[in-house]
Amino acid sequence: MRKMIEGSRAVAEAVALCRPGVISAYPITPQTHIVEELSQIVADGDLDAEYVRVESEHSAASVCLGAVAAGSRSYSATTSQGLLLMVEVLYNIAGMRLPLVITGVNRAISAPLNIWNDQQDTMAIRDTGWLQLYAEDNQEVLDMHIQAYKISEDDRVLLPVMVCMDGFILTHTYETVDMPTQEQVDAFLPSYDPLYKLDPADPYTLGAYAGPERYHEARYTIQQDCLGAKEIVKEVARDFQSAFGRWHGDVIDTYRAEDADTLFVAMGSVIGTLKDWVDAQRAEGEKVGVVKVRCFRPFPAEELVAAVSKAKRVIVLEKAVSMGSTGILAAELRAALYGQSTVPVTGAVAGLGGRDITMATIDEIKQRADAGELDLWADLRAEVLEDA
Amino acid sequence: MSTTEFTYEGTRGFYPGHRACAGCGQATAARLVMETVGPNCIVANATGCLEVFSSPHPESAWGVPWIHSLFENHPAVASGIEAALKNQGKLDQVRVLAMGGDGATLDIGFGALSGMFERNHDVLYVCMDNEAYMNTGVQRSGSTPFAASTTTSPAGRKSYGEDRPKKDLPAIAAAHGIPYVATASMSYFPDVRRKVKKAIETRGAKYLQIHVPCPPGWGYDEKLTIDIGKLAVECGLYPLVEWENGEVVRVRKIKQVPVEEYLKGQRRFRHLFRDEKSREQIAAIQAIAEENIKKYGLVE
Repeated sequence: MRKMIEGSRAVAEAVALCRPGVISAYPITPQTHIVEELSQIVADGDLDAEYVRVESEHSAASVCLGAVAAGSRSYSATTSQGLLLMVEVLYNIAGMRLPLVITGVNRAISAPLNIWNDQQDTMAIRDTGWLQLYAEDNQEVLDMHIQAYKISEDDRVLLPVMVCMDGFILTHTYETVDMPTQEQVDAFLPSYDPLYKLDPADPYTLGAYAGPERYHEARYTIQQDCLGAKEIVKEVARDFQSAFGRWHGDVIDTYRAEDADTLFVAMGSVIGTLKDWVDAQRAEGEKVGVVKVRCFRPFPAEELVAAVSKAKRVIVLEKAVSMGSTGILAAELRAALYGQSTVPVTGAVAGLGGRDITMATIDEIKQRADAGELDLWADLRAEVLEDA
Repeated sequence: MSTTEFTYEGTRGFYPGHRACAGCGQATAARLVMETVGPNCIVANATGCLEVFSSPHPESAWGVPWIHSLFENHPAVASGIEAALKNQGKLDQVRVLAMGGDGATLDIGFGALSGMFERNHDVLYVCMDNEAYMNTGVQRSGSTPFAASTTTSPAGRKSYGEDRPKKDLPAIAAAHGIPYVATASMSYFPDVRRKVKKAIETRGAKYLQIHVPCPPGWGYDEKLTIDIGKLAVECGLYPLVEWENGEVVRVRKIKQVPVEEYLKGQRRFRHLFRDEKSREQIAAIQAIAEENIKKYGLVE
């Protein structure tokens, strides 16, 4: 059914359609509307779930961990500081091979305190063993949650999935979305039936410690299955298209990229702005295009190399940076291209802490990349730097 | 009962053959708890001695479903297990336990524990109180008693060891108004069993703190674990108390012995016997015992 709703509401309804038995969250802006909507859905009896109101995000993730281990599909959502407080548990969930879906609402990290959008928070947890999907718009983020449970619970994966959506830009924006029916989702996503769970009738020890003789292999297995999950992400995207008739790309997607001389690579809602910019440039005769990274973990190295190798210049636009190094997506793309292609890659950090990325920002980045800059911060304001 | 199966009473939840030190009070307490609770339970365990000596992959001493996640999140993990069982309609059949040492309980897991109490999850929380971080080498915790020498609160030329009294977590737990709180000592087997039974028959959040002497951490001969534990209770330093809904309902009476009888057999207190000034510390410890005796009416 098509309806005009807020992004957070779309996520909450999609999650409810996935029928989690346990939801646990701690409120933090701009994740709040998602968990408020889910609280209401549970309070109205429209979803048969336990909503556990915890005292911290560390406990929210831990409640989900325990609930999944006991055999219930679970859900949480957080952002920024809350995500960082969860980090220890996030590593543990992946290490224990527990399938779980969490919405990572993208927000800046303190200090300075800032509640607005960028992607430094979820990028900081890229090494945890979680799969990470980044959504472009509210329809995609809605659909992505349904896909995420399917991917996470696949016996070939059994790793948690974080669905990343830009705070405010998606969470607080009303868009028309096509909401699937319960019957459609039930047919696509069967009830959670784990291989192992905490059950007195068949007792298992979960979370045993492993010494040097076993730990190495346990971590290797996570890496192998995380890399292998790329094919499952693709498979689920295809299955989703068959079931629901919508396609948002699999691990990547491209827009007017085939003959492009200059390709922008980015993740999240800025893709929409880039597409508009590309249309405007194409109207002027400029051969430009966009590559959307939809799945950042596992990293789609081969797919990106194939997508950008024919271009004359690649510009990675990202709302995150590895302090003391460069933009993270830029660094990973350069590593993937090593020995495969000599296309130059410019890394542009933009839009931190909610600074709008406008057409003018993209123009500036393009001009500076054309002038040969390899790593740049866009839209730096001289008067603020002087003040600092 | 099958004669071919190894099934002697008391080992179904927590089997022997684990790697605890000789004389470990905590291992005995774990067995007392598990034999009382029975097989229909799920245990969420904190990182610590109990976890490490019972679960080195691929071995496990646990005969019931058991999960270890992290050091400080076991109350939340247990909350999640309880919520899942509730949603699955199985909470009537399966009891949920959380276990942790005093560091996991009083210090690093304190926030999560308070949250579990406040939400009144149907979980029995068992704190194995050996009064320091034993697993990492006897560092001071919030449960370390006044004047105990640990590796991070060592007695020295200008110090008599830990300079603060034990955190009173049972009283804090009781202040949450949860249905049942009790302290116990592993030296009194029937008392531990009775309290565990009472706890698992009570719905809602329960807190049981069991005093578990530690031979290497406290510095005494491993055959003396039961005796040392009894002395802690009998001198008034470890009052055995039960609370229901925030009110004290029962205490174990003692025939009071001087605290010196308890202190003198332990390496962690030996600096208290070196000079006149150190004797003042013993007087201060005696005052703590007297305060407990007065507060709970421990002596007839």
